Amino acid sequence: MEPVLRLTGITKRFGALVANDAISLALGAGEVLALLGENGAGKSTLVSILFGHYVADEGTVEAFGKPLPAGDPAAALAAGIGMVHQHFTLADSLTVLENVMLGTEPLWRPRSRIAAARARLADISARFGLAVHANAPVGTLSVGEQQRVEILKALYRGARILILDEPTAVLTPQESERLFSTLQQFVAAGLAVIFISHKLDEVMAVADRVAVLRAGRLVADVARATTRKAELAQWMVGRALAPAPARSARPPGPVVLQLDDVHVSVAGRPPLRGAALAVASGEIVAIAGVAGNGQATLADLLFGLASPASGTVRLDGSVYAAHPRAVIGAGVARVPADRRGLGSVGELALWENAVIECVRTPRFARAGLLRRSEMRRFGRELVGRFDVRGPGLPDGPGLDAPASQLSGGNLQKLILGRALSIGRQGAGKARLIVADQPTWGLDVGAVAAIHARLITAREDGDAVLVISEDLDEIFALADRIAVINHGRFIETRAASDWTLAELGLAMAGRRAA
Amino acid sequence: MSRVAAIGAPLGAVLVTLVVSALLVRWAGAPVLASFGALLEGGFGSRFAVTETLTRATPLIFTGLAAAVAFRARFFNIGAEGQLYLGALAAVAVGGQLGGALDLPAPVLFLAMLIAAALAGSLWLSIAAVLRTRLAVDEVVTTLLTNFVVLLFVSWMLDGPMKDPAAMGWPQSVSLPAELELTKVIERTRLHSGFVLALFCALAMWAQSKFTAFGFEARAVGANAQAARFAGIRVDATVIKTALISGALAGLAGAVEVAGRTSYVTLDMSPGYGYAGIVVAMLAALHPLAVVPAAIFIAGMFVGADSMSRAVGVPTYIADVIVAVALLAVLVATQIVRYRVRWR
Repeated sequence: MEPVLRLTGITKRFGALVANDAISLALGAGEVLALLGENGAGKSTLVSILFGHYVADEGTVEAFGKPLPAGDPAAALAAGIGMVHQHFTLADSLTVLENVMLGTEPLWRPRSRIAAARARLADISARFGLAVHANAPVGTLSVGEQQRVEILKALYRGARILILDEPTAVLTPQESERLFSTLQQFVAAGLAVIFISHKLDEVMAVADRVAVLRAGRLVADVARATTRKAELAQWMVGRALAPAPARSARPPGPVVLQLDDVHVSVAGRPPLRGAALAVASGEIVAIAGVAGNGQATLADLLFGLASPASGTVRLDGSVYAAHPRAVIGAGVARVPADRRGLGSVGELALWENAVIECVRTPRFARAGLLRRSEMRRFGRELVGRFDVRGPGLPDGPGLDAPASQLSGGNLQKLILGRALSIGRQGAGKARLIVADQPTWGLDVGAVAAIHARLITAREDGDAVLVISEDLDEIFALADRIAVINHGRFIETRAASDWTLAELGLAMAGRRAA
Repeated sequence: MSRVAAIGAPLGAVLVTLVVSALLVRWAGAPVLASFGALLEGGFGSRFAVTETLTRATPLIFTGLAAAVAFRARFFNIGAEGQLYLGALAAVAVGGQLGGALDLPAPVLFLAMLIAAALAGSLWLSIAAVLRTRLAVDEVVTTLLTNFVVLLFVSWMLDGPMKDPAAMGWPQSVSLPAELELTKVIERTRLHSGFVLALFCALAMWAQSKFTAFGFEARAVGANAQAARFAGIRVDATVIKTALISGALAGLAGAVEVAGRTSYVTLDMSPGYGYAGIVVAMLAALHPLAVVPAAIFIAGMFVGADSMSRAVGVPTYIADVIVAVALLAVLVATQIVRYRVRWR
């Protein structure tokens, strides 16, 4: 069978970094090819070259037997390559139809041919079962529907090869299932699909063939039927992953964090409306929910950035503090979702970021004067203990490098390490850990390291609250799962009592009967 | 790349400055080398030239520090000019008018004079700081516009309550008594001990930024206020404290000018030292110690341009152009280093 797309010897360098190293791949019609790899493995660079955003240093791209000019997105579109980006490129205030038509018409045409476009859109959505409301403004649609619009946009332009960049990252399980069946319809109709992901389960569910990238190299190109998850993971990471730490089955201890009928509003965010929840010592409670149901406000509340308008929040029975400094002082370890915007000060050195939460404690400052050597020693120890890696670490000059130079995973280890290094207040009291999207965008190795830390903390009797949109993570960590919907917890059960399907329904707002 | 750029970019900035100003000098019809020679000679070429330059640099160091300290915490104090005048006025009010009435020993009065000047600048700037932290009013607007309010206030004082009756009707304040004036560092020049005080302040600001918890917090707030707040730093308090320090430095600039050079306040005592301080701070990349050479460079350009204009007939505006080109070139160079710009 003649491939519809052929990459030959693609090499792309950024300075000393080889992002793509002589990659050759072929994609056949009617095939779903999964492009699997950790962050920084070179997946995005490769599709950016395909789509003309980057120019490869070496190598060629052929589509339908004809060479594709380098660095020309318009040529890629004309050749029938369509791309669905992870972050949608839609205009919120325009309707679905207008978004789909955007850029397809010459500017000087006096009237746009709306009727013809509408008919064509209706035809395409009927053919692939992609129901959308052509006149609805895109801003009013759910994330899953917006993704459908993105796909329709590509199909409308005549895409025969569809590239999806981490399409499930924003979807509920049901929406993901639906997307997978849509992809099956595409390939049945003779289209070809490239599916980028770092999640093994969905790759096994949807792909015909799997290409694994690691550090810019193509390390495997195999049929799905001939491989297993463990094998893929090993290719992806380059080594066998350490097993997760064992977790004991003992019952949780006394309640550490208690929310009763809490209402919170933060400007520009969906509010909490009557949230009630308890987290006990020695358990991990995970908050599941579709993005935008109040998780960010809950995180702000527990980080000390917002205070409740009504209701009570208690930590070990006393009123929860309302300023980050007081929350830190009460022994709460906090890991924010936005590592670079909130969790770290990029311009400050690693060791400065390591002590920033407790710089006013007597250990690091006396009479307003910093004890710099003590601060550096603390930073060095933290970097070693939490396995923060980077150039010049753990013993070189890397400690003085600005935190912005750390990779996401290593920055997250630093932030988690910093949070966990806060001393417990008083003997016998458990500490509370609040982690918002703790492994968002991290690679498999870093995810395993962060999860291991959280499980170890649970074993040590800490109360752990994890907010996550990654259901794999939720099931991997949680003792109990609470589903948040429209600002309240609509159902909380032990993790073993949830099925994926039930959880998906609850996330969409439907209570189990 | 990075090491080459870190050294090459500033050198490139100097080169660009030289070339652009050479073209302008040429355009003005003067010989380039002779003009540059006259500029350097006039700014740094003799004992007199050097002391003149350092005298001119003294208020620039203070206002440069005022801008550097504030900008580092992302509090954009554009009002150093007004704070300088208020500091000068407060110095004369305490040292000249109040001191004459109270009959205090000179050292006590001198200290009180400096404190009054610093407080005047601080308190004035704290209004903008509180507006910014409580009501989110942009401090660029408030500090810039209140400069004009201050100038009108000074004008009123000089024509009214603080007018020197012996000044033949000129709008100028009463003078400081001679025992409050700063001693000369070198006899028979204008260089006064205010320069030493300026150096001390630069050192103090550097130490403050590097070795105190407050300095650490101010840097964190300036680099990322959201993250600083998340980490438990009181952002508003840090901004207000920063404003108090910045205003105090600008106020001191006024006191030191009065006590070291003019001995009374006039409406034209500052040829824009407050605004030039911003340029000094930017040239110094907001580093307190680098403020000193940056201030001396700018002062030297202005002093040198005067004598160049006398020697070869190039207008003194060339100094403004050189300083402006140098500032732009350095800013561009910094961005090139920071973002590792490469041409392709």
